[in-house]
Amino acid sequence: MDVMPKWAEVILVPLISLILAAILSALVILAIGEDPVAAVRLMITGALGSTYGWGYTLYYATNFMFTGLAVAIAFHAGLFNIGGEGQAMLGGLGVALVCLFIPWPHWSMALIAAVVGSAVFGALWAAIPAYLQASRGSHIVITTIMFNFIAAAVLNYMLVNVLRPAGSMDPATARFDEAVHLPSLHEMLAPIGINFSKAAPANVSLVVALIACVLVWLLIWRTPLGLEIRSFGKSHRAARYAGIGAVRITMIAMLLSGGLAGMMAINNVMGEAERLVLNAVEGAGFIGIAVALMGRSHPFGVFLAAILFGFLYQGGAELALWTSIPRELIVVIQALVILFTGALDNMVRMPLERMFLAMRRRPNVQAGE
Amino acid sequence: MDFLTLIQILDSSVRLATPLLLACLAGLFSERAGIFDIGLEGKMLAAAMFSAATAAITGNVWLGLLAGIGASMFLSIIHGLASITFRGNQLISGVAINFLAAGITVLVAQDWFSQGGRTPQLSGAGRFEGFDLPFADSLGSVPIFGPTYSELVSGHSILVYIAFLAVPATWYVLFRTRFGLRLRAVGENPAAVDTAGVSVVGLRYAAVAICGVLCGIAGAYLATALQAGFVKDMTAGRGFIALAALIFAKWRPWSALWTCLLFGFLQAIALRFQNIDLGVITVPVQLMDALPYILVVVILAGVGGKAIPPRAGGEPYVKER
Repeated sequence: MDVMPKWAEVILVPLISLILAAILSALVILAIGEDPVAAVRLMITGALGSTYGWGYTLYYATNFMFTGLAVAIAFHAGLFNIGGEGQAMLGGLGVALVCLFIPWPHWSMALIAAVVGSAVFGALWAAIPAYLQASRGSHIVITTIMFNFIAAAVLNYMLVNVLRPAGSMDPATARFDEAVHLPSLHEMLAPIGINFSKAAPANVSLVVALIACVLVWLLIWRTPLGLEIRSFGKSHRAARYAGIGAVRITMIAMLLSGGLAGMMAINNVMGEAERLVLNAVEGAGFIGIAVALMGRSHPFGVFLAAILFGFLYQGGAELALWTSIPRELIVVIQALVILFTGALDNMVRMPLERMFLAMRRRPNVQAGE
Repeated sequence: MDFLTLIQILDSSVRLATPLLLACLAGLFSERAGIFDIGLEGKMLAAAMFSAATAAITGNVWLGLLAGIGASMFLSIIHGLASITFRGNQLISGVAINFLAAGITVLVAQDWFSQGGRTPQLSGAGRFEGFDLPFADSLGSVPIFGPTYSELVSGHSILVYIAFLAVPATWYVLFRTRFGLRLRAVGENPAAVDTAGVSVVGLRYAAVAICGVLCGIAGAYLATALQAGFVKDMTAGRGFIALAALIFAKWRPWSALWTCLLFGFLQAIALRFQNIDLGVITVPVQLMDALPYILVVVILAGVGGKAIPPRAGGEPYVKER
């Protein structure tokens, strides 16, 4: 029996967790001698007060949609993919290879190829942990953590020893060709008369991310495969009795997850930097965990949470610029969101459940009298 | 490579293995009691920052050590609350703790010292200096044994010796005391421990607390002995290497010692030689960096015996009503 009505489950619990995280964050800001209200105001104007701010917010949000969907798909299969960071790094490698070594006539073709390249590289990087989990029972959390570090080493090697242009000291690839430049929101919105900031990095990848949200929703809730993934995630045992192969579902879910994490690279590598640098991912793979938890693993929730984290990221950058609050404040907020919406979920849920039970019992007692 | 170079590399292996060993034993207590802990990294980082800050302010490294242990314990209690009391997901809690530490250390260090998220350089009584074991000087001239004793065995900070003594201590506590037996049982079959009338919650909190103390010492060692102060993200993945070592050692204390020494040795080599020229092929430094992680994946793939974690690991214990 469901103790709580659905609206409480979907809205109330995450909202209370979020408020708790916000209160603690405010206390942290107070503790370092700054004014939380002024900080929030500055974040709002900095992230949402101009098309420049929106451009950055949406750029970050695009990254987090991809990594959030990646973590969410794995959650649906009962798997915890901490490897989004490494998968996104490898996705960047895929994008760089596609963009550097093939002369593309038009960006749209390059984009399709880059989506495929990044997804394939990300998926391959998730494949080994997935296979070890499925066939050997090695814990996927441990293997994906290890693969993050191995990915960093691989990327470092590729950039320092292989892809670095001759004569350059910088561990980065050469700049991609002008032909693979992705249209920014400025270029996309100018024809319909909207004057969007030219400097902001948000680009056509946002559209790809939105399509990915819809496709993931279709896959999880409207296809037989999605049903299999969800049943497997609810109970491995029950899924086995229903004839759902554990190896197959684990592999499929993780390949999709890794592919989505890898696809983040079309935004940050192809859309923004237009070359592959060492620290391209900047922790977005880990933020995917917070985004998926907050979005309750639903693509629409992931979309909202990604926008929220995009806002936090851009707002945090503004804070670091104008006040003495370092950027790391965002890391603390992110940690608190993960803590309250993920690990301490029951702390919020248990009292609420008790409350709803008490509310339900009262009318019944009266009816019995 | 001459003898003295070898001694120097081994010496630096010991120094680098120490934080790994402490964190690894910390994880061993926690995971043997059925609480997965991927927050070792965060606890070490918090301990490093608060120990260095306290040592810088008070000028007393022992107070620094205490502060470090306190910070680590605080995070341990959060982990305990999330994973024992509220029966949440232990892995997610660990992830949260790592980020919490990564963020809060820089915030606090910046707020206290305004040096871009680092603490001031420590010196004198603010640091754990190396100390010489008896006869280190007089035996130094004896060939082979002399340099080995005076360079490799002697001259480390006290925390190094504590770390190495913690190995037999851990073994004794886990395998020769009633507490240890119960602690291991609670990680394998908590229901049986509960039936015997022993508190599962109490045992698990005890294990998490011991984990906090050891991580605290590890972090304090990093910031006050290995280096002279805290810098942002100074643990640099050591908590995860310790986790790797724990799996590699299959959750056993003596194997943990050898594994951590091996991983420390790999780090020492990667530090000293950048790319290693083996004549036929050159081993890139990146491979050396990634080797501990690769070794763990190989072990997890089932090469060289299966690494089986404690059976109840990661599962919150729910009493039957």
